[in-house]
Amino acid sequence: MTELLEAPAATQPQTAETVASLAAVTKRYSNGVVALDDLSLELHRGQIVALLGPNGAGKSTAVRLLMGLSSPTSGEARIFGADPRNTAARLRTGVMLQVGRAPEMLRVREHIAIFRGYYPRPMAYADLIKAAGLEGLENRMFGELSGGQKQRVFFALALAGDPDLIFLDEPTVGLDIEARRLMWAQIRSLAARGKTVLLTTHYLDEADALAHRIIVINQGRVVCEGTPAEVKSFGAGVSSAGSAVKIIRCVTTLTVEHLLKMPSVSSVANEDALTVITTAQPEATLREMLALDQDLHSLEVQSPALEDAFLALTKSN
Amino acid sequence: MSAAIITLPTARPSSIGIFSREVRYEFVRALRTRAYSLSVICFPVVFYLFFGILMNRNENFHGISVSTNMLAGYAVFGAIGASLFGIGVGVAGDLSAGWLELKRASPMPPLAYLLAKCCTAMGFATIIVTLLTFMGIFFGGVHINLAEYLRMVALIIVGCIPFACLGLLLALLAPFNAAPGIANMIYLPMSFLGGLWMPIEILPKFLQKLAPIFPTYHLKQLMLGVFNYSGAGRTSTHWLALFAFTVIMLSCAGYAFRRREQNS
Repeated sequence: MTELLEAPAATQPQTAETVASLAAVTKRYSNGVVALDDLSLELHRGQIVALLGPNGAGKSTAVRLLMGLSSPTSGEARIFGADPRNTAARLRTGVMLQVGRAPEMLRVREHIAIFRGYYPRPMAYADLIKAAGLEGLENRMFGELSGGQKQRVFFALALAGDPDLIFLDEPTVGLDIEARRLMWAQIRSLAARGKTVLLTTHYLDEADALAHRIIVINQGRVVCEGTPAEVKSFGAGVSSAGSAVKIIRCVTTLTVEHLLKMPSVSSVANEDALTVITTAQPEATLREMLALDQDLHSLEVQSPALEDAFLALTKSN
Repeated sequence: MSAAIITLPTARPSSIGIFSREVRYEFVRALRTRAYSLSVICFPVVFYLFFGILMNRNENFHGISVSTNMLAGYAVFGAIGASLFGIGVGVAGDLSAGWLELKRASPMPPLAYLLAKCCTAMGFATIIVTLLTFMGIFFGGVHINLAEYLRMVALIIVGCIPFACLGLLLALLAPFNAAPGIANMIYLPMSFLGGLWMPIEILPKFLQKLAPIFPTYHLKQLMLGVFNYSGAGRTSTHWLALFAFTVIMLSCAGYAFRRREQNS
């Protein structure tokens, strides 16, 4: 289990070719809504990239452009150096979307046979069944499956062509913990085999556990991009990546103004009785606070969570 | 960035393989979906039994018996049902569930999807016309030779196309939960007014005059032409009408599709 939970950032290859990109893409819908505003991003070979953002941030628009389902108003979307709207360019991609319902009166193996048939070198049927955890379900009608099992079928369809670029939109919705871990392990092994994965998810722990790189978008722009650790510290208001930003929670008599004057303290907030301090040098800050306030209690020191970073980054200005 | 490594696969799976698999599984799926297969087959069969066979009083119109006339009528009725519900309601369902989106994001040739739905409707239409022909021969005193039967099948297969296009337009315009209702609201009046339920000669005069505005009328007249029905009118007119209807439906569907794309 611990092996599965380990963040994969360390194994990340440094020299990676660009597999897919959006270059200065603006997408304006006919009703005037600007979904993407001069947005650029790149996906490199062997990377798992998580695209995060609140609802309506432009995540799905960005993914739809890369899947060739929609055209940019300006700018350019490329996969493998070609236009994704070109069907041939999609022979190396696999897609998992949030689909309510596949045709219910087809068996699991029939659905898989159809999708394997679209690709020149599909994944071996037995491997696919194993990778998606569908053993024993092959002869079931799609309509008879549970929500989690359906999700696994969609995962199998995404992998059917043994693609080099995989789009996964909320892949683990409706899965139980065990199935979710299995899918995580599969996604990691895809990246280990040199596949590129673009993941959109609402589960921040999922992005944290899986992604080599996180791209946070809000209002159609990239607000932050980096490793999960970098994104967390960006969110904590510290721009120097890699510094050990910590969040201190305690009950103290020190005022907000006073705390803000301390070196390395980037933000201070009151949450009920607690004071929440974000600092890049937690040891120094704590030493000073403890010296000044003998009654300080209920002390807690935490690494910033991705969730905090996410909320801070996507807070509408 | 080493662009040289990035190449698209030159080998592509055979289109024929993809198309045939898509058609085969779509047909199997439709057969297993009882709500579709039973109603689409049973309605024309039961209606033909009532109106073509049981209520047959050995009348003749323009040289052919009512049971033969109604064989043509309910064959067309069945083909339209198969097309309108297969494509109209079927595509509307796939659209609303997001399934079509997934298919479109895959390397499937876009035409394979529509062709599979269309061929399935044609398959069902062939089953219906065959069942009706047997009923006509054994219970309705219909005289029909193999060549006539085959001409009927060929006509019914081609005749599915205009109504498949109507179904496509319906799927693009109607929300999924309204699609079956709207399909029926088009299907039933158009069938009655086109003379599919009873010989057109039985309808009031003003309705007879109105009938040529419906594509159902023209397809039925073509079917009646197989049996040398003298009131069938000019074949070329009927073909032209069906062709025009197809073009209009396809253009509207194309327009609706582009609008959908822009707004999605």
